[in-house]
Amino acid sequence: MKRVPKAVFFIVAFLILLLTYASIFGAYGQNGDNKITYIKGAGDIRWGIDIRGGVEATFVPADGIDATDEQLSSVEETIKLRLLSNNITDYELYTDTANDRIIIRFPWKNDESSFDPETAIEELSATAELTFRKGMEAESQEMGSNGELIYKTPTGETKENIILNGSDVDKAEAAAYTDQQTGALKYVVNLELTPTGAEKFAEATAEMVGETISVWMDDVMISAPTVNQEIPDGKCEIEGNFTAATATELANKINAGALPFTLKTDSFGTISPTLGESSLNAMTLAGIIAFILVALFMLVMFRLPGFVAVIALAGQVALSLAAVSGFFPAFPSFTMTLPGIAGIILSIGMGVDANIITATRIKEELWLGKTLDGAIEKGNESSFWAIFDGNITVIIVAVILMAVFGPSNILSMIFGASTTGSIYSFGYTLLIGVIGNFVMGVTATRLMTKSLSRFKVLRNKWLFGGARG
Amino acid sequence: MKKFNIKFYQHRKIFFCISLGLFVIGLLCNLIFGVELDIDFRGGALVQYSYTGEVDQETVDQAVEDAIGRAVTVTITDAIGGTDSAEKSLTISLSGSEGISLDEQKAIASKLGEAYPDSTFEIMQSTSVPPTMGAKFFAKCLVAVALAAILLVIYVALRFRKIGGMSAGVMAVIALVHDVMMVYFTFVVFGFPIDDNFIAVVLTILGYSLNDTIVIYDRVRENRRILGPKVSYEELMDTSINQTLTRSINTSVCTFLAVAVVFIVGSVYGLSSVTTFALPMMIGIVTGCYSSVCLAGPLYVMWQNHKKKKKEAA
Repeated sequence: MKRVPKAVFFIVAFLILLLTYASIFGAYGQNGDNKITYIKGAGDIRWGIDIRGGVEATFVPADGIDATDEQLSSVEETIKLRLLSNNITDYELYTDTANDRIIIRFPWKNDESSFDPETAIEELSATAELTFRKGMEAESQEMGSNGELIYKTPTGETKENIILNGSDVDKAEAAAYTDQQTGALKYVVNLELTPTGAEKFAEATAEMVGETISVWMDDVMISAPTVNQEIPDGKCEIEGNFTAATATELANKINAGALPFTLKTDSFGTISPTLGESSLNAMTLAGIIAFILVALFMLVMFRLPGFVAVIALAGQVALSLAAVSGFFPAFPSFTMTLPGIAGIILSIGMGVDANIITATRIKEELWLGKTLDGAIEKGNESSFWAIFDGNITVIIVAVILMAVFGPSNILSMIFGASTTGSIYSFGYTLLIGVIGNFVMGVTATRLMTKSLSRFKVLRNKWLFGGARG
Repeated sequence: MKKFNIKFYQHRKIFFCISLGLFVIGLLCNLIFGVELDIDFRGGALVQYSYTGEVDQETVDQAVEDAIGRAVTVTITDAIGGTDSAEKSLTISLSGSEGISLDEQKAIASKLGEAYPDSTFEIMQSTSVPPTMGAKFFAKCLVAVALAAILLVIYVALRFRKIGGMSAGVMAVIALVHDVMMVYFTFVVFGFPIDDNFIAVVLTILGYSLNDTIVIYDRVRENRRILGPKVSYEELMDTSINQTLTRSINTSVCTFLAVAVVFIVGSVYGLSSVTTFALPMMIGIVTGCYSSVCLAGPLYVMWQNHKKKKKEAA
């Protein structure tokens, strides 16, 4: 038998407890007024709208119009811009090009008691109002999430003088060309106007050479180019410090103002934060009670291996929490829904089972008259494949769930991107939990059991389930 | 150490009768009570408000029908557990499978406000799903279950090819179908609508039950090696089931306890989304263990004996 040093138990147990502590409480520092998060704890878990309350809606083009992919991305830009101007930064937005749908989810904050979900959804899906205005006078300036300035609400001259609106725009597209002088690649947005739009624009630009024309989406300024010369034919370029991405973004926004269809709200759902909060409290309470019960059960039934199992189970819970909170930089934080919590509970059930199978096997060998070391060795060995096969089958189920119900999935061709992220999160937490089971319930448990069996005081068969003596 | 010596194979007919009996009862309930598909699957709408003051059923019914001109069912509940701020709620479910538009939902709110100017109505939750989207989601769930079942049979067939993998896989799946039906009947008997909770429970029970079966097959695989090829399938299976019985019971008790806690806490808080998940889960854990121990094993022996007889006859 490979000997495991005595110290191994303390090292493994210490690491597990450290991980458990860190994954629950996280690690934070204080820098002036800013809280710095070194390690994300359970408090940083992003809860799904079924838990903390929120709004979910699916938008489709009205009257069964078949929208192009470009048109959908324009709509997406509009919605993003509106979310931003409503200070909603924490949202999920999916565009399902196969079914011409846009799915939006965002939380409904607890302090917004006057929040009106119906109006919020209507505002998001309203037709974008695009205007080209004289000058760039705005009522307010705000700092956006990337540090850029957001100008809101036109006033004065800018409010009075609308040069063009959405219906005057034929299309906008991002383009790139090489600068003749510097040789660098320059990104621009090419704008094409309708004949009436071209007429109006020619008139306005003739007077305004050297002045600014600002472009507005609803209440927010999206661009403010300067007129270099008169534009007689309705074709012009907007130049600026664009990257490929920002040029496309601006083109999309302008196109959104010129969309030939309106959006219809196909399905929607809301959950108030109070209802959501009570389910979160309930699940936390249930989780704690269940863990205590399971721990007691394991201690009574299996004694020392039961004690080891409880440590390993704590580690498994910690791994699951860590995988959803964004504890490991490699795994981005994950939106946790009620089925996601169910997935964790189930994987812990599998973890309990792995420990039960091994402990029962060791007990059996002891009763057959094997020595302690022999029984542990044989028990570990003969229980491994049962645990392996059982867990692999659960992994198969979890992977299928993730593949079928993921945001983009193997059945996308048939069914389109998923609306129900809840089953996906069940699959995700189940998968992580079962992998955690191999790490904790199999590897860590075995190391700890073997190491503990080296201590003279603990070399009592009764402690491992054998006869007293 | 306690050892079991139950003759599972010999008593197989008792087990088959129990399962058949439950099956018949379930089917009868299904015929009598019918089963309801949740709006996630069939489309439809549901709006829940919390309110203050007093309201009466008839006025609310009238107000809602005035607002949208469709037949509705309004349920008024006085207490919804856990949250003090929202003790009274009314739930409006629209008949038919059509969703509800935002304007209609706003109209409801304003009509309710007109009917009860002194009360405030606050929206707690609402769902609206058009029928086509619901049907698509349902179809997708079925595809997921079918895909999972196929892959599981293939995996079992490969891993247990030494003890007749294909038959082991097929019998395991029969036990799974048994469990899925039992979970389904639980939904029918308790009148829970079939929703995504159902899919989650079914998939979990598939995993659990198969795990139970696999632990037994694993012991059969091991015992075949130890006891040699001469031992009859009957003895081989009974020995293996009895050896793993302690583990099967312990694991089931443990997981059952955990889910029961979830169920109890869920009921205390009045969270129907949690209880409609936990209760079928509890039943599923019991039948999952039962089907693996009492059905999959004996069925596998019957198949092997049948194969042997055919070989001898030839």
